[in-house]
Amino acid sequence: MSMARLVERLLQLVPVLLGVSVIVFVMITLTPGDPVEIMIGDQVVTPEQEAQMRRDLGLDRPVHERFFVFIGNAVQGDFGESFYHRRPVIDVIAERLPATIELSLVALLIALATAIPLGVLAAIRRNSILDRLATVGSLLGVSLPGFWFGILLIMLFAVHLQILPVSGRIGYSSEIDPITHFLLIDTLLRGRPDAFLDALSHIIMPAITLGLPMTAILMRVTRTSMLEVMRQDYVTFAEAKGLPRRRVLFRHALKNALIPTVSVAAIETGSLLGGNMIVETVFGWPGLGRLVVESIFVRNYPLVQAAVLFYAVTYVMLNFLADILYTVLNPRVKL
Amino acid sequence: MTDTEAASGAGAAGDTIFRRNMRSFAENRLALGSAVVVVIFVFLAIFAPLVAPHDPAETDLFRRLQPPGWMPGGEWSYLLGCDALGRDILSRIIYGARISIFIGAAVVLVATTVGIVAGLAAGYLRGWVDTVISRIVDILLGFPYLIFAIGLMAMMGPGLFNIILALVYKEWVIPCRVVRGETLVTRELEYVEAARALGASGRHIMLREILPNILSPVIVVSTIRMAHVIILEASLSFLGLGVQPPTASWGAMVSDGRAFILQAWWVSTFPGVAILLLVLAINVASQGLRDAFDPRFHE
Repeated sequence: MSMARLVERLLQLVPVLLGVSVIVFVMITLTPGDPVEIMIGDQVVTPEQEAQMRRDLGLDRPVHERFFVFIGNAVQGDFGESFYHRRPVIDVIAERLPATIELSLVALLIALATAIPLGVLAAIRRNSILDRLATVGSLLGVSLPGFWFGILLIMLFAVHLQILPVSGRIGYSSEIDPITHFLLIDTLLRGRPDAFLDALSHIIMPAITLGLPMTAILMRVTRTSMLEVMRQDYVTFAEAKGLPRRRVLFRHALKNALIPTVSVAAIETGSLLGGNMIVETVFGWPGLGRLVVESIFVRNYPLVQAAVLFYAVTYVMLNFLADILYTVLNPRVKL
Repeated sequence: MTDTEAASGAGAAGDTIFRRNMRSFAENRLALGSAVVVVIFVFLAIFAPLVAPHDPAETDLFRRLQPPGWMPGGEWSYLLGCDALGRDILSRIIYGARISIFIGAAVVLVATTVGIVAGLAAGYLRGWVDTVISRIVDILLGFPYLIFAIGLMAMMGPGLFNIILALVYKEWVIPCRVVRGETLVTRELEYVEAARALGASGRHIMLREILPNILSPVIVVSTIRMAHVIILEASLSFLGLGVQPPTASWGAMVSDGRAFILQAWWVSTFPGVAILLLVLAINVASQGLRDAFDPRFHE
């Protein structure tokens, strides 16, 4: 792909991102309930103090002016103060982000590591028992409500068998000084294999729950595209040349069959973001998703606003990345 | 072939294709069985007051966390046990079906209608109409679904009408894209050209000529979306952003049971089974529908 096309695609993102910001701004502006009243709560304040607070928040200005202030500040990473934490929203979000990213990456890893082999096997042994089981499994995977599946896992592995912890990110005894804030990496950097295993035992259930729908989808995509590739002339030709089947399948077919899988994986990584809220709530995972849900109930709107915007921007960027990845991997496709 | 048939003979030929498709759907045992399951759920929802063994809101502290009928301490008249307020779980599941199915159907119905109108307009009229609609679609696609709905619910506050609204705001994009794509292809077909040559109005062409011929894929997509919407509604109500208590909704029931997973596994488990059963049945049935209606699956 040429540089010019890349820049053009990047420029196409601008109106989308602008539109997304408008919607987020409108959401917050149309909210019933006055943020100043929420901040005041039960405290007694004079009308002058109230007016001052309104001025500080810029609420005395007309709506269109407030929008430009919001965009201007957002671009600089300034989302105002979290009512609840009395700290800048951006700091609170940054603090919770590593936990969410770590969980999402492990979920992605689990999904890829199960979906690809299963999809390939199902395609190679088409209509076998394994293929049917995989089909049923993938249907179950997209039909299971994540919050319920998570609770079932907790009941089985934490309550009944007692081999995994119910919630949290790491046990008290294993807490370590953070370096990267990714606990699976930090525990190893600090030379604490025991703490690593502890962190691993905490992340395994939430990651499986989060990755389940993605596993189901990726498996189906891999199976379909593998079947398609196996019908192609070049694969038949390689087989006709007398190359061993294993080599044909894994060296020739799989490489091309994985193209759709990779780009769907990039798109689905975006939907992991939505699943985060549910999974983090179920497993008491101290990430951004749970923070947003909690913030809604304490009407901490600046934080909700910033987080929704953050999620949307990440989602748009991931979809963009999926497009680019697809073109790079598949030179026949022109953007 | 399908297109020309559908195009040439107005009503009669269309019916034959529809009937043939329905027959091929009925031959798919699994899909048919799933459709029956969906119908049973709808039936339970409609006739909930007649079917439910107890009043779903009736609390009985003597039956607090009572186990299911087959377990020691359980009663057969309270088949699936009771929740923390001593309410009959089976009755609450039956009433909960009303919420799930009503919201699922309402969201898909409204979203599909909006999507059809917007998609037809964008695909047939092209020009600035298409540009505006496609931009809005792009922007809405920029939000992860659940986060968009959560954000809206946080702003609008909980409630039945608000959930439907929050989900419709984003859901219409999906049928809209399908309709737009199909319209772009169909508007170039000869029979549409013929109608135009005969001086038919744009409205007539969109609603009478194009729409009937693109309805199958739209219906198929809508049924698949229904499963998604039901899970989304359950997720919102699990988070406490759905229909408010004491109205029974499956997601909230699962959430209520979380506090008692140590002593009473049934409180969370059974409502979740209901969600899974309904969503799975819709998914399998709609896949059967797709296979039957999409000519690409006919060989």
